[in-house]
Amino acid sequence: MSTLIESSTQVETRELTVAAALNEALREEMSRDDRVFLLGEDVGAAGGVYKVTDGLYEEFGAGRVIDSPISEAGIVGLAVGAAMTGRRPVVEVMFGDFLFLAMDQIVNQAAKIRYMSGGAWHAPMVIRTTLGAGRRAAAQHSQSVHAMVAHIPGLKVVLPSDAADAKGMLKAAIRDDDPVVFFEDKLSYREIGPVPRGEYLVPLGQALVRRHGRDVTLVATSSMVGVAMSAAETLAGASVEAEVVDVRCLSPLDLDTVLDSVRRTGRCVVVDEGHRRFGATAELAASVAENAYRELVAPVRRLAAMDVPVPFSPVLEDLTIPRADQVVTAVNGLMAWER
Amino acid sequence: MATTNVTAVTEDLDPSVDELRSLYRQLVLIREFEQAALDLYARAQIFGIAHVSIGQEAVPVGVCSALGADDYITSTHRGHGHCLAKGADPGRMFAELFGRAAGYCGGKGGSMHIADPSTGNLGANAIVGGSLGIATGAALGAKLSGSGLVAVCFFGDGAANQGILLEVMNMAAIWSLPCVYVCEDNQYGEYTPKQAVTAGDLGDRAEALGVEVRRVDGMDVLAVRAAARGAVAKARAGEGPQFLLCETYRFLGHGMSDRDRRYRTRQEEAEWRARDPIAGAAEVLRSRHAMAVDEAAIRAEVADEIRQAIESARAEAFPDPEAVSRNVYAD
Ligand SMILES: Cc1ncc(C[n+]2csc(CCOP(=O)(O)OP(=O)(O)O)c2C)c(N)n1
Repeated sequence: MSTLIESSTQVETRELTVAAALNEALREEMSRDDRVFLLGEDVGAAGGVYKVTDGLYEEFGAGRVIDSPISEAGIVGLAVGAAMTGRRPVVEVMFGDFLFLAMDQIVNQAAKIRYMSGGAWHAPMVIRTTLGAGRRAAAQHSQSVHAMVAHIPGLKVVLPSDAADAKGMLKAAIRDDDPVVFFEDKLSYREIGPVPRGEYLVPLGQALVRRHGRDVTLVATSSMVGVAMSAAETLAGASVEAEVVDVRCLSPLDLDTVLDSVRRTGRCVVVDEGHRRFGATAELAASVAENAYRELVAPVRRLAAMDVPVPFSPVLEDLTIPRADQVVTAVNGLMAWER
Repeated sequence: MATTNVTAVTEDLDPSVDELRSLYRQLVLIREFEQAALDLYARAQIFGIAHVSIGQEAVPVGVCSALGADDYITSTHRGHGHCLAKGADPGRMFAELFGRAAGYCGGKGGSMHIADPSTGNLGANAIVGGSLGIATGAALGAKLSGSGLVAVCFFGDGAANQGILLEVMNMAAIWSLPCVYVCEDNQYGEYTPKQAVTAGDLGDRAEALGVEVRRVDGMDVLAVRAAARGAVAKARAGEGPQFLLCETYRFLGHGMSDRDRRYRTRQEEAEWRARDPIAGAAEVLRSRHAMAVDEAAIRAEVADEIRQAIESARAEAFPDPEAVSRNVYAD
């Protein structure tokens, strides 16, 4: 039996990279449930371009770890059909940007089959993909499109920000009965973090308070959790105690944890790496304003990627992604606000 | 549909010494450009994602030699060769790789997105298969406007498995569009061999739509040139889309960081290296024209051109910060 834990709980851990943690999750779930199989470009002998599927081909064979052609629409479509008929596919789509090639399959097929069929069918599948800029990879390899996916009812959207969550949430996603789009920050794969020993799941749809503070709530997702944490460090040096809430899932969204925190601090800055307009920050900020209006002592602020395609040149790219110093400035602005 | 026998055509074309010299020079230019790019990448002077086409040079050089200056091309993530063969300036290309304002994309595109209207280059594309529709659309435009121009679509064997290829080739065929689909079959898509992910023969897929296919030795620049001449002439004459299936090989890894190439043997690589398109072209020069061209002199001249291109590119300024918001929409 697996145990459900919060990753803040004190348990025995060891250090793993995010890639290794994801690898462990896949191995454990494939061992536990022979319906689980992997499908994607270079996931087999090559072990995936980020080495997340390393060794699984050798262990489980070509029948469970399947190298696909470069046919994103096709492989996601196949996953939908396989999922509907009893398998548990985990598809790897190397870059979130490539989801768009498969958008009909994701949005019109996977997301809707349960609803359209009145529950007669459903598609329990996971699409693992990436988000995040900062690799000088230019506009077609740098997008963070999680908010677009979260816009669609019927899809779950998961955004782990550290190795422990990467493992526990991927396992939960594989066991989930709905289609889950699982976004991994590509800059995080080699980051190391403590991962509990033994089997554990991190339930989908529970935000996590990563740092406690009384003055302001920093609501952050994925790659931006690190940015928020380092802003909180800086602020602590100036005696401003920031609370950092890691959203972890856009769908289902744990608004309660966010609101709880904002009601205590009275101030809120939302940080996300997707574009600003119509994005995750807009949804979170609006929800906070709607629900915690009385407790707010200042308007909600948000930081997101600039509304431009991600440029290649480092001098331009670095301007487009939210930085810790911008978070600090935003917080200082809120602290100076007189109601 | 008939498959044209390209070997026979090659003999007939009999390129002049000047043509041969120019083809040879272009092969060397692409090779030297990419060797230099590799070196700069290793020294962390360029960054991001870049792929070299070392070994595959005969395809872009042969194909582009059959095109007019205004004809269109679309390119791939492995696009330096296409771009240079169509006439781009190496200095502006290096400026782009360095992320400078003077680069072809103002520093916004990098290696995978170089585009150049002045040479009909509609752009390199980092989405595998992403340019198949664009090339076909350019051919539709050419037909509608009666410009007489042809569009060439370069793509890899891996890209041929994207469904859009079938969609656009079907339209090109029913509407007789002047589009030449050039498949650079280099045997691998990233780390996966073609046989593992591709059913049947890629040319057969085009033939099934009634598109004429030429199967070409992509290591032989003259064979590619001959096939491309035939295909371009037919496309331009309104005889519909054409398909060139070029067998070729990338000597190095998929991208800059793919160094150990565990997915293939060193012996296989050696066999393909023995068919190096540059050595092959030099051999033709020697045998047909009795050393009419000094290979070493050309190489030295090109090396010098590359050095200067890098120096001038490096001296260029980075884009100013306001550039980040420009070009999102028409101003
Ligand atoms: C839609 C899409 N899927 C996957 C990738 C990742 N990718 C980049 S190059 C490549 C292999 C392409 O193979 P091929 O078309 O044969 O071209 P080659 O690299 O061999 O020149 C892959 C899978 C991508 N860039 N775009």
